[in-house]
Amino acid sequence: MKQLLEKLEKKDIKALAKLITYVENNPGIDIVDKLPTKGAKIIGFTGSPGAGKSTLVNSVISTLRNKGYSVGVIAIDPSSPFTGGAFLGDRIRMKNHFLDDKVFIRSMSSGNSLGGLNESVFDVIKLMDAFGFDYVLIETVGAGQSEVDIVYVSDIVVLVLSPGSGDEIQLLKSGIMEIGDIYVVNKSDLDGADYLKSYLEAIFSISNKRKPIIKTIATSNSGVEELVKTIDLLLKEFHKNGEIKIRRERRLKKHAESIITRKIKEELSSLEVTGSINTVVKNVLKRLCDSF
Amino acid sequence: MKRKIRVLIAKPGLDGHDRGAKVVAKALRDAGMEVIYTGLRQTPEQIVKTAIQEDVDLIGLSILSGAHMNICKKLLQLMKENEIENTPVFVGGIIPTDDAEELKKMGIKEVFGPGTSLTLIVEKIRELFSEVEA
Ligand SMILES: Nc1nc2c(ncn2[C@@H]2O[C@H](COP(=O)(O)OP(=O)(O)OP(=O)(O)O)[C@@H](O)[C@H]2O)c(=O)[nH]1
Ligand SMILES: [Mg+2]
Repeated sequence: MKQLLEKLEKKDIKALAKLITYVENNPGIDIVDKLPTKGAKIIGFTGSPGAGKSTLVNSVISTLRNKGYSVGVIAIDPSSPFTGGAFLGDRIRMKNHFLDDKVFIRSMSSGNSLGGLNESVFDVIKLMDAFGFDYVLIETVGAGQSEVDIVYVSDIVVLVLSPGSGDEIQLLKSGIMEIGDIYVVNKSDLDGADYLKSYLEAIFSISNKRKPIIKTIATSNSGVEELVKTIDLLLKEFHKNGEIKIRRERRLKKHAESIITRKIKEELSSLEVTGSINTVVKNVLKRLCDSF
Repeated sequence: MKRKIRVLIAKPGLDGHDRGAKVVAKALRDAGMEVIYTGLRQTPEQIVKTAIQEDVDLIGLSILSGAHMNICKKLLQLMKENEIENTPVFVGGIIPTDDAEELKKMGIKEVFGPGTSLTLIVEKIRELFSEVEA
């Protein structure tokens, strides 16, 4: 393990990959705690299935690479709650970068953690930061809880929407509107993009919020330069007004919470406690049944 | 904690059919594995880089184009150069029996012909995994 960590410092790709596997399989292991923090910019991309998140990430990678930055990507897809298995297919859209040594793409499953994001994602971010990537891009699918979780791990959240996908209705649901720092109307080559954009503007004006809305066509890189510029500007602002500090503290707190939750679960599943839990469950069930 | 099996399913070669690859990928997922799927037209170089970054336990290739000999030879050679030759490689597709023998001699661990049942594939992959784990 020590050897792997030394190799990580020397920017050994294989060591990074192995360490990620290790933290994924050993949640709560403390090997990453002592790693240096190098200040990678952590950008979350979320949005409904098929909105074009992976294609957009692919295009953002190209833009960042043109500027000479190195990029780590964490692409998270859901895992089956029944079998634990997962089909991780985001890479399909990122082929352009497979041979680029300054781009490291890692697919992860969401695991069966309560909040949607795999607990080890915190450690994976730490590893990628310590490796020295300038940017770490995280893709999660915004179905259920996980789009809220991405807020806790990223410096900035890009919410990816596309016309004709029913996203307008999603937007009205509380929570979702809160999480994006930047709104992307992707697939703006399709009908309805302008409508979606003005719809967003309307919602913002009602709630007195001003958030950047950017139209993109991820498949042809259109608008992506502007997106990257907006991300950097907003990050600068966050650094200035202290928001970034608040967010990184929030990330630490959330990480701590997820560790504590797991520990409690582990305790619960230890035999002795399970016995008394079963008694409690039985009593509750009995009470509920009796009240019928 | 039980370690999850991570499998890369890649589709090298120039033909444009990945239905078979997807069926196998989904069967492996349903068997509780994490399947990294990279889509069509992967070069051996891309497959090796992906295998390293994703730190997969096994590599599966779906080849229908008839170019299996060349592809496998190139891939195994690159794996050696990158020191990941211990990662087992299996191949599925339309592959003549003689070629299958040849591939196995070359270092391919399993060759699954068109009629192979998904159950058998899953079973074989679990076996291959426990061999490298041991
Ligand atoms: N017309 C058009 N199609 C796009 C655009 N961006 C992405 N697509 C297509 O939309 C489909 C889904 O793209 P992905 O990038 O896989 O979407 P995703 O949000 O990552 O999907 P999941 O990860 O499965 O949730 C693909 O067929 C893309 O080619 C765009 O700007 N315009
Ligand atoms: Mg995707």
